[in-house]
Amino acid sequence: MIISWLANPERFSKVFAPVRPYLAAATAILFVWGLYLCFASPEDYQQGDTVRIMYIHVPAAWMGLFTYLVMGVSSFFGLIFRHALADAAAKAAAPIGAVFTALALITGSLWGKPMWGTWWEWDGRMTSVLVLFLFYIGYMALHASIEDETRAAKSTAILALIGLVNLPIIKFSVDWWNTLHQGASVFRADGPTVAPAMLWPLLIMALAYHLLFVWLWLVRIDCEILSRKYNGLRARISFREGGA
Amino acid sequence: MDFDFGKYAFYVWGCYGVSAVALIGLTVLSVVAHRDRAAKLKALQETLAAEKAQKVDA
Repeated sequence: MIISWLANPERFSKVFAPVRPYLAAATAILFVWGLYLCFASPEDYQQGDTVRIMYIHVPAAWMGLFTYLVMGVSSFFGLIFRHALADAAAKAAAPIGAVFTALALITGSLWGKPMWGTWWEWDGRMTSVLVLFLFYIGYMALHASIEDETRAAKSTAILALIGLVNLPIIKFSVDWWNTLHQGASVFRADGPTVAPAMLWPLLIMALAYHLLFVWLWLVRIDCEILSRKYNGLRARISFREGGA
Repeated sequence: MDFDFGKYAFYVWGCYGVSAVALIGLTVLSVVAHRDRAAKLKALQETLAAEKAQKVDA
């Protein structure tokens, strides 16, 4: 009910414009607090100071997956209900997800070299995350290459839905195949195996990344709404001038 | 708090540096694009309103 009420672009902008500054402030506060905890936490008895990479690598990887899920759900609603706001939401999420996924790959590589002795390994986890990144790039390239908004929305929504298959592959890749990457250590049926002194900075940073995503997503959706309004007005002017 | 990460300094600072540049860059680009679109739309709406007012006067 609330979703259909908010599906009106005009109403969406009006409702979320006053929320955005508070979200930005909360994001900044959480980042400052999280970063303080990242550097105040103890070093790992095996990994030494490289464990501090975990506080930015793991949330980036989580956000890469979460953002794609958001993009997939938005695309589903866009495809079924053909609502412009759903496409705008999916389109707005893509660059954010691409950046988070690229960060997961880069920071993972920088963590892998001192710990595993290699920058990259073509194993299940790393390869499937690279495929996720390529899905983001493909989505953005496809959207940019189709001029007609309706056709672009439909084609990209289908691509986004196909890419959803990759999410469980990423999640279970460490269980299904031999890999250098460690298995799940936070979201486990028997509870996290990470020490509380390291778990808290990780969770605070994860929350900061989530808030950053929500804030950026809202800004980019509003940007998309403004763009479409502008393009609509320009088209009306061109039509009027052409008809005169 | 200790900022000396010894032989791992390059890897740890490299990760934090790349993340800071990427996330701040994305934020700045998003905010600038939003302001730009809002300004363009406002300018177009004002032009249209002025044209409409001129027609009414005429």
